[in-house]
Amino acid sequence: MYSPDNIFTTTIDKAVRWSRTQSMWPVTFGLACCAIEMMAAGSAKYDLARYGMEVFRASPRQADLMIVAGRVSQKMAPVLRQVYDQMAEPKWVIAMGACSSTGGMFNNYALVQGVDHIVPVDIYVPGCPPGPQSLMHGILTLHDKIMAGEINR
Amino acid sequence: MNEVQQIEVNEYHDHIKSLFEEGYEMMMDLTAVDWFRKKEPRFEVVVNLLSLSKNIRKTIKVQVPDENLTIPSITDIYPGANFYEREVFDMFGIVFENHPDLTRILMPDDWIGHPLRKDYGSGRIPVQFKNAPSVD
Amino acid sequence: MVKNKENSEDLDFWATNSEEGGWNISSTDEGSQKMNDEESEQQMKIQTGSDVVDDYFIEEETSEDERMIVNMGPQHPSTHGVLRLQVELEGEAVRRVKPIIGYLHTGMEKTGEELTYLQGPTNTTRMDYLSPFFNELVFSLTTEKLLDIEVPARAETIRILMTELNRVSSHLVALATGGMDIGALSMMIFGFRERELVLNFFEKTTGLRMNHNYIRPGGVAADLPDNWQKDVKEILKIIPEKLKDYDEMLLDNPIWQGRLQNVGIITPEECLAYGITGPSLRASGQGWDLRKMQPYSGIEKFDFDVPVLQESDVFARWRIKVLEILESLKIVEQAMDNMPKGPYKIQDKKVTPPPRKRLDESMEALIHHFKIYTEGFKVPEGDAYVAVESPRGELGCYIVSDGSSKPFRMHVRGPSFCNLQALPIVMADSPIADAVAAIASLDPVIGDVDR
Repeated sequence: MYSPDNIFTTTIDKAVRWSRTQSMWPVTFGLACCAIEMMAAGSAKYDLARYGMEVFRASPRQADLMIVAGRVSQKMAPVLRQVYDQMAEPKWVIAMGACSSTGGMFNNYALVQGVDHIVPVDIYVPGCPPGPQSLMHGILTLHDKIMAGEINR
Repeated sequence: MNEVQQIEVNEYHDHIKSLFEEGYEMMMDLTAVDWFRKKEPRFEVVVNLLSLSKNIRKTIKVQVPDENLTIPSITDIYPGANFYEREVFDMFGIVFENHPDLTRILMPDDWIGHPLRKDYGSGRIPVQFKNAPSVD
Repeated sequence: MVKNKENSEDLDFWATNSEEGGWNISSTDEGSQKMNDEESEQQMKIQTGSDVVDDYFIEEETSEDERMIVNMGPQHPSTHGVLRLQVELEGEAVRRVKPIIGYLHTGMEKTGEELTYLQGPTNTTRMDYLSPFFNELVFSLTTEKLLDIEVPARAETIRILMTELNRVSSHLVALATGGMDIGALSMMIFGFRERELVLNFFEKTTGLRMNHNYIRPGGVAADLPDNWQKDVKEILKIIPEKLKDYDEMLLDNPIWQGRLQNVGIITPEECLAYGITGPSLRASGQGWDLRKMQPYSGIEKFDFDVPVLQESDVFARWRIKVLEILESLKIVEQAMDNMPKGPYKIQDKKVTPPPRKRLDESMEALIHHFKIYTEGFKVPEGDAYVAVESPRGELGCYIVSDGSSKPFRMHVRGPSFCNLQALPIVMADSPIADAVAAIASLDPVIGDVDR
């Protein structure tokens, strides 16, 4: 997981980081309205397949990216954590939408106010729901961050 | 087109059964209202029936007091009332007698409290803004 | 959420597999929702779907120890949302089903008591997120019934136009995800591609692709854009051609027919007993559609048919959705041709905020604007229940008002909450491969179930 930074591994590091961004597979974690926009991002008009991501794996053990799309209620929170724990390293999390970033418009007893109370989040995509273009901007920003070496997994 | 009737708790089950035999085939909605300190008795269960053949609706309201928070269940007349009664139990705490499985349906199992009562706060967390005096 | 265990400062509360503080596996324990081997007699009847009508497809009963309880967990690839099913399997046959819901509970009814009537549609629109206009419409209609006001004719026709287009887009998603669940993966691409046309029109009119806060008590939020007829004509031209494409791919396909016909049958008696409405009821032979029987918002002036089929299986529910798309397009065409001119909001000063230009001129307009947006308009005491026909069934809203500017109690009768009680009926005693097809045909949207 963590390899020491030295001069001998810079090109291999870059190659590894490049290959990690080119075919990240998301795990299906669509919960509510944002899930429909995630599906629309994967369909014909806003194609996610051109970034290597059209395969949404059902099993978390085969996926690297978890896009938490939708509101996370108190009953769903342990399930979310269990799915996150079952993913293999390296793994990244995108919190899509207002409800998963900060609890959104529902500031009440039933929702977890932000999914970063449960799992570490790399990218927050705001919107209610964020359009497919915003989601793709978030995914490409994640790719850029990994390529630049800002996220060390 | 929508007639409202006010019924007592002890005649509730028989009245619904007689309405079912009269031709109200479907039960559309079963919910409750919490009249906290505005009206006594405190809770009110509202049942909405629909007759397809006559194309009319009927609303039945039953007042349930806080001291004796039980009411007969109508799942033997309308099996579709199962989930509705569980939701009213979960959200208000009203106990339905003779319900096959009266457990919490929307909140986690070990939740304490009944959220839709008026004396249960909404759980709102005050939002802290940067450079603002801190809120308790 | 485990509240009564160790103190939470030094324990990663949510980590179910972490070694700190022991294996906290009980966070995902079912507790009282667990499906037991022994249940009471009435529970057994409900879980095997034989409460009203007792019919078996797979008859051989084997001994108890060949049965296995399997969990189709809240996160699964069938894209209907977070629904959890505990099924008891005997080989390939499903014997008992117990659905567990509540994984998307958002407390919207409690939130509805804290928002004014003008903010109410922002809350209810996120319940059934595939048909947001219907949720806003039912809330607005109930508020208008309490206020005892009439919206102008143009507002009514705009509402019908938007809701019927929403019915088209919701049925397209149902066809797309249903097809994908059964295996026709290209159906997903086709369905979402056609939906983009409709969503494009929504974005031009309301500003958002989904969860628009457009239909408000008193009318609609803004007028239709210029040249809207051009966009609607394009939708009316393209979608019927593409529906012919789907029929060519699927209708006479023997694999499709073999997987959908005679699967997941709900008899009419079961429909009435469980309160199931919508396409599932119309596929069982009962021609009950609220648009014809208890019309709302001026829909009685439009000329359309209600398709009814008799077979009550999954194939019939599929055909009903395709036919309903065509009928809705007829209504959209009539709305486009006969759109009345006039105001799009009721001109009552106490309910509708004034147009922005007048705020510079008139002090009274400024005061009304301020009062309506901060405190909200007051609604007389009373209660009302209004129902509309959403793509999934009867969607109703019950509001109790105590004379203030916020609802005292707001309850939404979601059609999927009731339709989900039919899961044991469609799934029991059939192979598990049919179970996925049957759930897809019932078209549940979990936002409506859990609210």
